[in-house]
Amino acid sequence: MSRKLPKEEYDKTLSGKFEKWLSGSKDPYVGHVEMQKQSIDPEYEKLKKQNLKEKKEIRERIYDLENNSKIRKFRKIYRGFSILFCLFLVAMLLFAVADLPPFGNADNPVNNEVSARYIEKGLQETGAVNIVTGMILDYRAFDTLGESHVLFIATCTVLILLRVDKNSKKRKEESDAEIDDRHFEPKNDLILQSAARFLVPLIIIFGVYIILCGHLGPGGGFSGGAVIGAGLILYLNAFGFEKTERFFTAKTYKWMSFGALFCYAAAKSYSFYTGANHIESIIPLGVPGAIISSGLILILNICVGVVVSGTMYAFYVMFRKGGF
Amino acid sequence: MEFVRNFPFISIVLSLFSGPLSSVLNGKWARRVNYFVLCVLGAMQASVLAYVLQTKGAFVYTMGHFPAPWGNEIRAGVLEAFMALFFCIIMLLCMIGGVKEREKEIEPGKQNLYYIMTNLLLCSLLALIYTNDLFTAYVFVEINTISACGLIMIKQNGRTIEAATRYMIMSLLGSGLFLLGICFLYDLTGHLLMSNIKEAVAGLVSTGQYQNPLMISICIMCVGLAIKSALFPFHTWLPDAYGYSTVSSAAILSSLVSKGYIFLLVKIFYRVIGFDIISNTKIINILFVFGIAGMIMGSVGAIMESNIRRMIAYSSVAQIGYIYMGFGLGTTAGMIASIYHIFSHAATKSLLFIAGSGITDCSDGNVNFKKLDGAGYRNKLAGLAFTVGSLSMVGVPMFSGFISKMFFSQAAIGHDVKLLPTLIALAISTILNAVYFMKTVIRIYIPVKDTVGRENYRNIKMREDPLKSAALILLIILNFILGLNSEPIIRFIESGLKMFS
Repeated sequence: MSRKLPKEEYDKTLSGKFEKWLSGSKDPYVGHVEMQKQSIDPEYEKLKKQNLKEKKEIRERIYDLENNSKIRKFRKIYRGFSILFCLFLVAMLLFAVADLPPFGNADNPVNNEVSARYIEKGLQETGAVNIVTGMILDYRAFDTLGESHVLFIATCTVLILLRVDKNSKKRKEESDAEIDDRHFEPKNDLILQSAARFLVPLIIIFGVYIILCGHLGPGGGFSGGAVIGAGLILYLNAFGFEKTERFFTAKTYKWMSFGALFCYAAAKSYSFYTGANHIESIIPLGVPGAIISSGLILILNICVGVVVSGTMYAFYVMFRKGGF
Repeated sequence: MEFVRNFPFISIVLSLFSGPLSSVLNGKWARRVNYFVLCVLGAMQASVLAYVLQTKGAFVYTMGHFPAPWGNEIRAGVLEAFMALFFCIIMLLCMIGGVKEREKEIEPGKQNLYYIMTNLLLCSLLALIYTNDLFTAYVFVEINTISACGLIMIKQNGRTIEAATRYMIMSLLGSGLFLLGICFLYDLTGHLLMSNIKEAVAGLVSTGQYQNPLMISICIMCVGLAIKSALFPFHTWLPDAYGYSTVSSAAILSSLVSKGYIFLLVKIFYRVIGFDIISNTKIINILFVFGIAGMIMGSVGAIMESNIRRMIAYSSVAQIGYIYMGFGLGTTAGMIASIYHIFSHAATKSLLFIAGSGITDCSDGNVNFKKLDGAGYRNKLAGLAFTVGSLSMVGVPMFSGFISKMFFSQAAIGHDVKLLPTLIALAISTILNAVYFMKTVIRIYIPVKDTVGRENYRNIKMREDPLKSAALILLIILNFILGLNSEPIIRFIESGLKMFS
């Protein structure tokens, strides 16, 4: 090999580093990523084995499968019946679907005055270029109001199930007893952090774009909120709870979803009330195609987006460590 | 337009909004908000009822600037307003009847979550009652399912979590079938608004088009709602869910949640399919058979049960069976009897659950039937309330259960084929009811003989838990009102059903 530089200097240049990496003599992870060898605790292993054995014994004692022919029979019959039931359901539904109006036919009952008005007058009446958004957030906004509360109540139910109350005695004993990784922060992974530093702002900006342009093109609160939520989850995974808790705590989430749902309910109540009482709404529809247009739809989209992103993030946090 | 017409809409939005509001309050304030909202809503439903009775006609309320087939719509008639008023009253009584238990059994940090669940549950019930649109009904069925799950599992022990899981699976199966039914119906008729679907269905039936998918869609909608309201073969989730959850949850679930779905089914019969069409199909015969099976099997299950809470829960299976049997008769008289039974059962079952908790409290928390002797002396009001509830369930005159049984048999008399099975089932079920309820009533009035293992039994005075005593007294009064003064209620139901079509 002909080399102009001496060996030590060559090793410091880019190509030298590359050659070293290629030959495998240097591991780039070493010194940059926290690495720990997994230690095997012999007592823990013993405990695990014992637990498994006890579980098996208890199972055998409860069901006593070898001697209890009733349970064996029941299981067989149960399996048989469930297969039969599913086949019956499938057959019935196929039978029903076979007789439905053919797909895409112009004479179908679905192609009636309802969809005609959505398509023909949707732009003019709601101001939204995207007809679907106009339908779900203006024509049928009451359904979407319910739907956003479905998300809210789903998070509340997960809160009931998973939130670890730090003050409660019972929980303290439990968390001391069981070995869990709830409180361990993610390791400082350089690759993940560098990627996250680059990707998270992009993802969040893209989510905001989807929400804000919901009335102009494909998108809207639900999809944009999900994208923002994904960005937040990526950030959390890369940098850990200490950093996210500076701007996103349980309190933030509570007030955020309360505020968004309140705005949604208030805005829609105004439009329901004025509509039913035949009062002219003061909200202008604006020029179709402009960002600030189509009346309340933009605000509603933002509210839905806030709720959805909060819900996504809250779900993740709840499953990860049982609370913010 | 009169301002009263806004009340159904305002009450739905108010209860919807009080859910997120409770999430930022602490448990104490959330409870106050909940009581306040329930009282306001009750007053609103009462004024809607008065207004509808005065104008003698139902009114529709457009939700937004777009008229019905394009936008959403809600509709209020006599039956809707009366049902909503009744639900608000029962819910308030259930909530104040179980305050102490809730505070003991739910972790302090999660108290406010309970009120989120109840507020949104109430909202979904009101929306199910008032909606005039099938898809809106589905959206609120979702809220109803999830909040009911939360109500079951908020008292966190193994049994309630298992019960909630089971409830979730069964209930989602029901929702899925209901949604499939709506999809089929939408494909066949092109509408989601109830009155428009009814027109289109009448057209389809008269021309004979798409008969198979139409029948199958009606069928799977009925099955979906039957699963959710625990009709007999689908009742397996019920005993655990009612038996182990906290008292107010059990009372609310048994007296309101399942009734909400049944009322939706009534609306589907009358406002979506048309009662003439549905009473000519064989679907109601199947409902009739399962209703009768439920009446008997539910009571048998209750007799075999030694846990008093689960016994009361099994009795619900039997009572749901009564309601479906009334649907199965396929006559207006049968429907009236069923709807009356919804009221009667709601008032009685919540009374029984709250009284049952009083009885077990004074017996050191024992739920086993054999350890309850003398409970009627230790907690006099709960004993009295349990007796009243039992007598009503058995069907003794003066109590509400008697009236509904009488209407069921009267409705059956007009029917030639179903007369005999109905009367026999009613007779058998009454005897079985008497077996397990009277057994318990006698047990709680036997003085304690053997004091071993009963050292912690204590007397509970009415003043110890004034809210629960008030709830029990009001529920007893409500039971007597339903039993002694059934005429106006039957009139409401009759005129309400007329307004449906």
